[in-house]
Amino acid sequence: MKRLLRDRRGAFGFLVLLVVVVCALAAPLVTNGDPVGQHDIVATRFIPPLSSDPHGVFHPLGTDRFGRDVWTRLVYGARISMGVGVLAVLISLAVGVVVGALAGFWRGPVSLALLGLTDFALAVPRVVLLLLLAALWQPSTTLVVTVLGLTGWMGIARLVHGEVRSLAARPFVEGAVAVGARRLRILARHILPNALTPVIVAAALGIGNAIILEGGLSYLGLGVQAPTPSWGNMIASGGDTLVNAPWVATAPGVALVLVVIACTQLGDALRDVLDPNLRR
Amino acid sequence: MLARFGHRLLAGIAVVLGVVTLTFFLLHLAPGDPSDIMLGPAATAEQRADQRTALGLDRPLPAQFATWLSRFARGDWGNSIAKGRPVRGLLAAAWRHTAWLIALSLLLSYLIGLAIGAVQAARSGSRLDTLLSVSTVTLFAMPGYWLGLMLVLLFTYWARVLPAFGIAGLDSDYLQGAGWVIDRLRHLALPLATLTLVGIGGAARFVRGGMLETLSQPFITTAYAKGLKPRRVVSHHALRNALTPVVTMLGLSLPALFSGAVFVEAVFAWPGVGRVLVEAVRARDYPVVMAATAISAVLVVAGNMIADVLAAWVDPRVRGAQGGSAPS
Repeated sequence: MKRLLRDRRGAFGFLVLLVVVVCALAAPLVTNGDPVGQHDIVATRFIPPLSSDPHGVFHPLGTDRFGRDVWTRLVYGARISMGVGVLAVLISLAVGVVVGALAGFWRGPVSLALLGLTDFALAVPRVVLLLLLAALWQPSTTLVVTVLGLTGWMGIARLVHGEVRSLAARPFVEGAVAVGARRLRILARHILPNALTPVIVAAALGIGNAIILEGGLSYLGLGVQAPTPSWGNMIASGGDTLVNAPWVATAPGVALVLVVIACTQLGDALRDVLDPNLRR
Repeated sequence: MLARFGHRLLAGIAVVLGVVTLTFFLLHLAPGDPSDIMLGPAATAEQRADQRTALGLDRPLPAQFATWLSRFARGDWGNSIAKGRPVRGLLAAAWRHTAWLIALSLLLSYLIGLAIGAVQAARSGSRLDTLLSVSTVTLFAMPGYWLGLMLVLLFTYWARVLPAFGIAGLDSDYLQGAGWVIDRLRHLALPLATLTLVGIGGAARFVRGGMLETLSQPFITTAYAKGLKPRRVVSHHALRNALTPVVTMLGLSLPALFSGAVFVEAVFAWPGVGRVLVEAVRARDYPVVMAATAISAVLVVAGNMIADVLAAWVDPRVRGAQGGSAPS
């Protein structure tokens, strides 16, 4: 952890994510506005950033076309966007680790079938699948999380498979077998913990990717549904009012890009810190 | 080599078949069907049933699938349920638009990305390297749909120099020769720039990594020891060797590029496959969705295979190797 923070990229990524997560969790404390309510729309809509509306309420990032405070929506949207990203990656992790570990540890038909499934899923154009799944059922936040999670596990499965296979051939595993440990225990206690490094890195990168895709789906109207704010649907609705109020689309985009950069930087730093071979 | 290619071809066909089957059953098992959308909420149960019979939707699913598959394989892709037009014509036009966008942005982003990555690796650790790294990481993190909006804001609303949407101006039918080409190029500029900028981020990062790894190898030291100029070592010795993973990456980035294009097309109202697909899925336009999915699967699989062949062409070592794997 100390080494991670000493790495400039790690410190940056960690700091940005910390700020965003704290803001998201403490949303009612960092803003006293209402993210979805619409009051006195005509007087309060399209207020530019850093100014006050006729009621004397200050809007640091301005208001959108319904007079809602962009900063408030940004903070509440962070809950949704970050939540969707993290949960989707957790689903991907669970599926990917199980599939990869099984395929790597039990050779034979099971392994072949699982690897075939992985390669197949990898070759399916992800957005096509996302569009199908998201458009065919009633769009909702839960659906977005599930769909993103279930279409993002293949890379992790491949990583875990490779790691497990090479680890299973190591002497310490032979030792564990010789001591008489059960296979499942060997896999869970001896092999998997050693295989986790690239998985953690992939997860960090995956969160950024999932947030971008959530935004894309919401942009097409297939993701998180209005009035619940997510960065994606904020960008989408801000895109409609680009002429009157460019800040509405700009703010969530900047937040999104910052978070994604933070994820990639943290991932890169983690890889270097966790893997002694890659340390420069 | 040939045997390996044959093997890949078979695997590719299996993947396409799998995707098509999956799509078909997902599509038909999901709630809602085209007859609901065509007839509206006021239709009686009887009208619905008639419509379903007319569309052939009342038959068992496997039978429907078999019919679709055999017709599709013979080139009869049916008519769009929502638009009544033949699916082939609909998709042919859309594919042309998408292919232009994707091919040009792939070419541009890799050329520029290669140059940036090579410069960075040659000057590794310098201020320029840091500056370029910050830029590429930022570009890489940008979602196309947002970058597109920002470019529209800059170039359409503020600078007022480029059109924000569509593939051609309203007067394009009356334009000829150079005027027509310029009109098309002006409309292409923003979507292409969006996709390319995002692509450059990924390509440059990847090239830089590969180049640094190559530059640390013994044969580079040898080249320097022979007294070759650093510029020549980078361009003739390192770049060529760092190219293999880049070429593989090129093929593998095709699906991602297609994904990006779907969103960018939505931003710029670009009449490509992404838009056709989004509209068709919403309208439960089964024939269009099926054909579009099948073609995109074929493209993705073909992209991977082309990458494989190109990799073998660039790197003699891969030619003999069994099942070369993609860089992780």
